[in-house]
Amino acid sequence: MSQEIALEINKLCVDFKVNNDSFHAVKNVSFKVKKGETLALVGESGSGKSVTALSILQLLPYPTASHPHGSIKVNDEEIIGMKPARLRQVRGNRVSMIFQEPMTSLNPLHNIDKQIREVLLLHRGLKGAAATKCVIELLELVGIPEPIKRLTAYPHELSGGQRQRVMIAMALANEPDLLIADEPTTALDVTIQTQILELLQDLQKTMGMAILLITHDLNIVRHYSNRVCVMTDGEIVETADTAQLFAQPQHLYSQKLLNAEPSGEPIVVNKNADVVLETESLKVWFPIKKGVFARTVDHVKAANDVTISLRQGQTLGVVGESGSGKTTLGLALLRLIKSDGKILFDGQRIDALNNKQMRPLRPDIQVVFQDPFGSLSPRMSVAEIIAEGLTIHAPGSAAEYDQKVIQALTEVGLDPDTRHRYPHEFSGGQRQRIAIARALILKPRLIILDEPTSALDRTVQAQIVTLLRDLQAKYQLSYLFISHDLAVVKALSHDMIVMKAGEVVEQGPAEQLFRNPQHHYTQALLKAAFQ
Amino acid sequence: MTLNPINQRRLQLFKAHKRGYYSLWIFLALFVLTSGAEFISNDKPVAVYYNNSLYVPIFKAYPETVFGGEFETEADYRDEYVADLINANGWMIWPVIRYSYDTINYALEQPAPSPPTTENWLGTDDQARDVMARVIYGFRISVLFGLILTLVSSVIGIAVGALQGFYGGKIDLLGQRFIEIWSSMPQLYLLIILSSIVIPNFWWLLAIMLLFSWMGLVDLVRAEFLRGRNLEYVRAARALGLANRHIMVRHILPNAMVATMTFLPFILTGAITTLTALDFLGFGLPPGSPSLGELVAQGKANLQAPWLGISAFAVLSIMLTLLVFIGEAVRDAFDPRKTLS
Repeated sequence: MSQEIALEINKLCVDFKVNNDSFHAVKNVSFKVKKGETLALVGESGSGKSVTALSILQLLPYPTASHPHGSIKVNDEEIIGMKPARLRQVRGNRVSMIFQEPMTSLNPLHNIDKQIREVLLLHRGLKGAAATKCVIELLELVGIPEPIKRLTAYPHELSGGQRQRVMIAMALANEPDLLIADEPTTALDVTIQTQILELLQDLQKTMGMAILLITHDLNIVRHYSNRVCVMTDGEIVETADTAQLFAQPQHLYSQKLLNAEPSGEPIVVNKNADVVLETESLKVWFPIKKGVFARTVDHVKAANDVTISLRQGQTLGVVGESGSGKTTLGLALLRLIKSDGKILFDGQRIDALNNKQMRPLRPDIQVVFQDPFGSLSPRMSVAEIIAEGLTIHAPGSAAEYDQKVIQALTEVGLDPDTRHRYPHEFSGGQRQRIAIARALILKPRLIILDEPTSALDRTVQAQIVTLLRDLQAKYQLSYLFISHDLAVVKALSHDMIVMKAGEVVEQGPAEQLFRNPQHHYTQALLKAAFQ
Repeated sequence: MTLNPINQRRLQLFKAHKRGYYSLWIFLALFVLTSGAEFISNDKPVAVYYNNSLYVPIFKAYPETVFGGEFETEADYRDEYVADLINANGWMIWPVIRYSYDTINYALEQPAPSPPTTENWLGTDDQARDVMARVIYGFRISVLFGLILTLVSSVIGIAVGALQGFYGGKIDLLGQRFIEIWSSMPQLYLLIILSSIVIPNFWWLLAIMLLFSWMGLVDLVRAEFLRGRNLEYVRAARALGLANRHIMVRHILPNAMVATMTFLPFILTGAITTLTALDFLGFGLPPGSPSLGELVAQGKANLQAPWLGISAFAVLSIMLTLLVFIGEAVRDAFDPRKTLS
């Protein structure tokens, strides 16, 4: 391995101007990446890791952003203050970047051949047959099956993993010295994550480039990086070899980050508690209509033949990758979408009730959604959001509402004095607590938790899991916990079902499933998550 | 009243848009002034003090006999004979301009239309009526017409758009097709035909124009509701058991209001322009009404009297420019990407 240094950042600062005020996003960050090495930049959202990465290619919104001082050297060439023409030669040529979201980083209107060709034309001047040959080679390199047939494919015809492979092919087209991968696998399912990261590792071995890997996922860091920089609040607090960091984290923040894995066991429960929720071969089929008279020719089976039962005070984990029908199942149980098959709540059939008949039952079945930014109305204060359910189900005076809101906020660990603020003033974790408070204030018996921790940082995730567990013990709540994150599911669930493409592939007690998975899909999921 | 932070920011952005902010104040000043047009420009005094008692001719018609005259009809205060009678035993307070929109100046020294003088600031039109007075009343009627039309058509448009977007499916399908057919009718011809069937007064014109103007906002609001009904907080509200009506008003409507507010000033200018166009063609307000469109028509018919055309042009362009500036400021205020600098 050559010891040549591909990237050297020295005391880099990034400021953002916000209403005549400057906000220091990155403060005195220094690190080096050698050729053939993978350096991981780890931190939670808002720690400044993406800003650091973007400033390497000078892709920040200048002049709102500025670099008061510091230097960025790629192959001993200073980037800050470089002429735009020269900068364009560096971008995509010596330094390439892969972004988080493969759906939006490819142009949906051009086929993949055209998009890769553009890079080749810009930087290497390749045209015609030579370019086609090169494109096919690249697609082969990143493991796209039958590359010749795939040339004319548009991004929407490819799966998420394949799109990310195409992005990698584009990034590697000019054999860069440095590849910046900004959360390259966050938007992908776990089984595909592993494939992509292994691909990157193989390519690094053959091409000998340096990789700057930006991620919040410690599992990825542990397996795919040589050295790690831990970032928080715009500063690098620790730089160490990967093995050393995981064995002996020095800085307090690194320790906190490493210990933030959701842990612990689900609470001990009465195995013979009453059954709260039951379904019998629940189906959610969306018709596919064709022809002039819109005849139903087929169905998309979003959830098919799901039979579950959930006891008082217990948690049923619903696990699956995106598109497996777990959210659909949650919405069907809430009776927010149409479904077939029996749903029993408390022994009472609710699948035939209309909206009005359903209303008295609403307080008992509550929901917390994935996106804490989308699930709170931005135009209502926190107190209004939380008290909204009360106005329907337990009308009372303003003072009573206020009292209950204060109680609910205290319950979820928020300062009740903040209740007159608006959602945008809160962080993701705090918003999720508000969403839980909104569900809790109606004293429900069942809460459907639809990926409540997915949008949150690891340390915050662990706090939310602990909160949920405490509330369950206190109020004997039943949870239907939908997640793709097995570590979180493991920490909460008593029973578990694994879904794939709308079908339940395996179900049973969680402990048993984690110890001895039967179905090969479950095994693959577990391997990817806890390798 | 405390504004939430989003509205505070909008207010700040609106104020930061200086041109629009001042336009709003100028427009409001003009609107308030012309709202009391009777007090500024009238052929009756505001108050008359005669024989130790106070009369208010602006609000009440007094026969000439009250002031010692001979006729039982309403006093003509502009008549020197009546004026002398009153001034002999009291006094009169006149508005700044002693002409109402339909007062004919019989004392012109040359044939109407006569050029501006100290008596008729903007001259007189071809029926010897004071142009200044007509412009003041015309401004008021145009703005009022525009405001009422905008308000009513917005309410209908928002309601229809909300229902279509929220319920979707058949309601949406039928609604959209109806709007497509309805909006493809030749509006102006229909207005002309209708106004030849009924005698068009202010309210008739409003009703006829409303038949078509409500569609402007439907598509916008419908699109917002189609998007809004699947937002997570709307789903959460549904899971709380909120009735559809409440979900629409409390959770989705505020989103749709952004687009609506942005469009309102432009709908207003559109309404005013249409009314002026109809008046110009002679299918608008009944003959004799103080209308800017009619003044434009007179200007066209009397090119030798440029004060007619110029006055009408100046008033219309100032009014529309102010409204467009206000509209731009409102649009900026509601633009989430705009930052205070």
